[in-house]
Amino acid sequence: MVNGMSKEEKKSQSKETKKLQLAFYWAASCGGCEIAVLDINEKILDVIAIADILFWPVAIDTKYKDVEAMADKSIDVCFFNGAIRTTEQEHLANLLRKKAKVLVAFGACAVNGGIPGLANVANREEVFKVAYLDNPSTENPKKITPKTSVKVKEGTLTLPEFYDTVKSLNQVVDVDYYLTGCPPTPDMIMTAVGAIVENKLPPKGSIIAPLKSVCDECRFEKSEKKIKQIKRVYELEKFEEKCLLEQGVICMGPATRGGCSARCLDANMPCTGCGGPTPNSLDQGAKMISALASILGLEGEEKMSDEEVDKLIDQVVDVTGTFYKYTLPTSLINRKVIK
Amino acid sequence: MKTITIDPITRLEGHGKISIFLNDEGDVENAYLQIPELRGFERFSQGRRAEDMPQITSRICGVCPVAHHFAATKALDAAFHVDPPSAAKKLRELMYAGYFIYDHILHFYYLGGPDFVVGPDAPPAKRNIIGVIEKAGVEIGKEVIKHRAYGQKITAILGGKATHPVCGLPGGVSKSLSKEEVKDIETMAKSCVEFAKFSLKLFDDIVLKNKTYVDLILSDPYQLATYNMGMVDKNNKINFYDGTVRVTDQKGKEIVRFNPEEYTKHIVEHVEEWSYIKFPYLKKIGWKGFIDGKDSGIYRVGPLGRLNASEGMATPLADKEYKKMFETLGGKAVNSTLAFHWARLIELLYATERSMELIQDPEITSDKIRNPVGEPGEGVGIVEAARGTLIHHYKLDKKGLIEKANLIVATTNNAGAINMSVRNAAKGVIKKGNVSNGILNMVEMAFRAYDPCFACATHTLPGGMPLEVNIYDHKKSLYKTFKRM
Repeated sequence: MVNGMSKEEKKSQSKETKKLQLAFYWAASCGGCEIAVLDINEKILDVIAIADILFWPVAIDTKYKDVEAMADKSIDVCFFNGAIRTTEQEHLANLLRKKAKVLVAFGACAVNGGIPGLANVANREEVFKVAYLDNPSTENPKKITPKTSVKVKEGTLTLPEFYDTVKSLNQVVDVDYYLTGCPPTPDMIMTAVGAIVENKLPPKGSIIAPLKSVCDECRFEKSEKKIKQIKRVYELEKFEEKCLLEQGVICMGPATRGGCSARCLDANMPCTGCGGPTPNSLDQGAKMISALASILGLEGEEKMSDEEVDKLIDQVVDVTGTFYKYTLPTSLINRKVIK
Repeated sequence: MKTITIDPITRLEGHGKISIFLNDEGDVENAYLQIPELRGFERFSQGRRAEDMPQITSRICGVCPVAHHFAATKALDAAFHVDPPSAAKKLRELMYAGYFIYDHILHFYYLGGPDFVVGPDAPPAKRNIIGVIEKAGVEIGKEVIKHRAYGQKITAILGGKATHPVCGLPGGVSKSLSKEEVKDIETMAKSCVEFAKFSLKLFDDIVLKNKTYVDLILSDPYQLATYNMGMVDKNNKINFYDGTVRVTDQKGKEIVRFNPEEYTKHIVEHVEEWSYIKFPYLKKIGWKGFIDGKDSGIYRVGPLGRLNASEGMATPLADKEYKKMFETLGGKAVNSTLAFHWARLIELLYATERSMELIQDPEITSDKIRNPVGEPGEGVGIVEAARGTLIHHYKLDKKGLIEKANLIVATTNNAGAINMSVRNAAKGVIKKGNVSNGILNMVEMAFRAYDPCFACATHTLPGGMPLEVNIYDHKKSLYKTFKRM
């Protein structure tokens, strides 16, 4: 595959067009983006036919020092998934930025911090308290918590420290392109690979996904009906074949970038926003709050008493988790104002 | 004293790190497996909408999202005092079978199996799925890819998406099955049954007919006599999705049986300063440190733990294979860590047979898939993840927001046992400071058998765990380095 060629084959290949040099890397992520790449299934063989995969810890035996020894810009495209929360990940992000001509933030965590980014609501001390001290199944009379350096009988053991704050990839290095979704769909991955192969990449900074919202891909029609009450999804008596927002459920569709074929809606569940903000919108939560205000009939708010307006707004519980589930690290309300 | 550190080069969140201490003779004094990771899900779940938990917690692991999804959903059923309709339970269990199919295939062919199929001391570059394909043939490689994909597709049809599904709701599921979907799933499930049978035959041919491998499975460094835990039905047969948690002793005798809401009466977690992971033990027996035997409360979960803790499989073909395993390996309990691989394939066969039973059940197309929820309260949900017993426990406030969350994941349940297995393997194979790549792989095999989630969370799919091994002499200067990714 990568190293399996004979000298003759390599010589004859070098006379032909040089194969595309690709690399994959992961930082703080759950492994779902790797599974998404595996989910292109047999198409991986097509990719290998046109590209050399230089660096992909999941499948190829390469060493860091090999990457360090590469000439700058010798990787054509590097797909980078996962958020950044350790010095090691920050180091790798910098290294791969230097070695790659094109750096792609792959998946919700690299693009906007993703669900691990919700950890920015708390700090290290609070995380420790919940995990080791104030915990229903833990017995810890001496109130022990893990330490970065511990002397045991035989010697010293060390643990890495982690940052209090989770960052998106572009908060650490310059990013060329973005592939959204949690995880990106196999179709989106193949579209991106196709654009790279045909040298038809959009302007730098683009998100390689349709310029659409999830609503544009949803099977339900919107009728611009107003709602008086917000419902939790489990409170719906039955799922009607119509827009979930119009059934009163908060669906992030209007504020979320599409490209996913609205698969969650196909399963009758609301969009939770993994595609990040829609084109030309900086803050997904702010956009959704304004969409919600309009559907809640708040344009007529001058006729409503303050109490009535408050009552409507109060129905939104957990603003952070509802509107910023995947984008807290890059949102306009960053951790500083969350306390 | 020399120190060997086996530390993943990548040092990613979720990676395991093994430190081996040698004495002056160069033999192993002790070994520690450290988990350098803590993501704080329990903390940042606080204040979230309860119904978001199945989707938030699936992001703990993209390899086993379905396990977290349904542990969370079941915890919500309990917290909202609702019992889902029978069809909804069957749909959940069918999706769960799809998940076991892809996950167990992934582990056997991509992760742990290469040690056997290609060989424990084969070059690291060959000890991966590509090496498996070379040895077993391209056609078989294509079958592996196809059936892993089938497992994913079955899960996606039911869950909306396979990786990070969305269908779980307190009181049921959000989507019913159409007749066409039933047909598709049935075709795939049928093919998966045949593939599972083939996989067991492959194991038989390559491993069980090879005396060297059987001796390796039964060799001392890979034995561990702990308690075993797994979820069973009322006949004490394994059930991944629902049932009672059963704990058996070193002879296979039941010592504890409990329902989800009783877990804190039976499981306690111990904290060590040198690892972010906690070490659960049986309350009844107590924490005695990192030792096995009947006086130590450490237990094992996952495929071998489940087979040991049950009295058979609920489907005919898998039950036959279950009996064969115990007959071959000398009855209950099987203490050989490497038998996890065999147990995993028997479970794969069960999952495929069970998926056939469920898809052929007339009720599977019912649209009665949800029941209305009651008032929010407190609830515990337990499922058997591919890697073992998985516990989610939530306390909700009056608005249905998470006040407190506690999670004991499968790999945490195995933490004490994995640590001992690594130590025992290191003691058994490293002598007089002699450490080669092959020997290090023998140490790795001890923990890879558990299919530990920190390995999948750290993306070590090719079966060759990325490693850095530094050996220091007594003056603490480096004299030997092994590195591989």
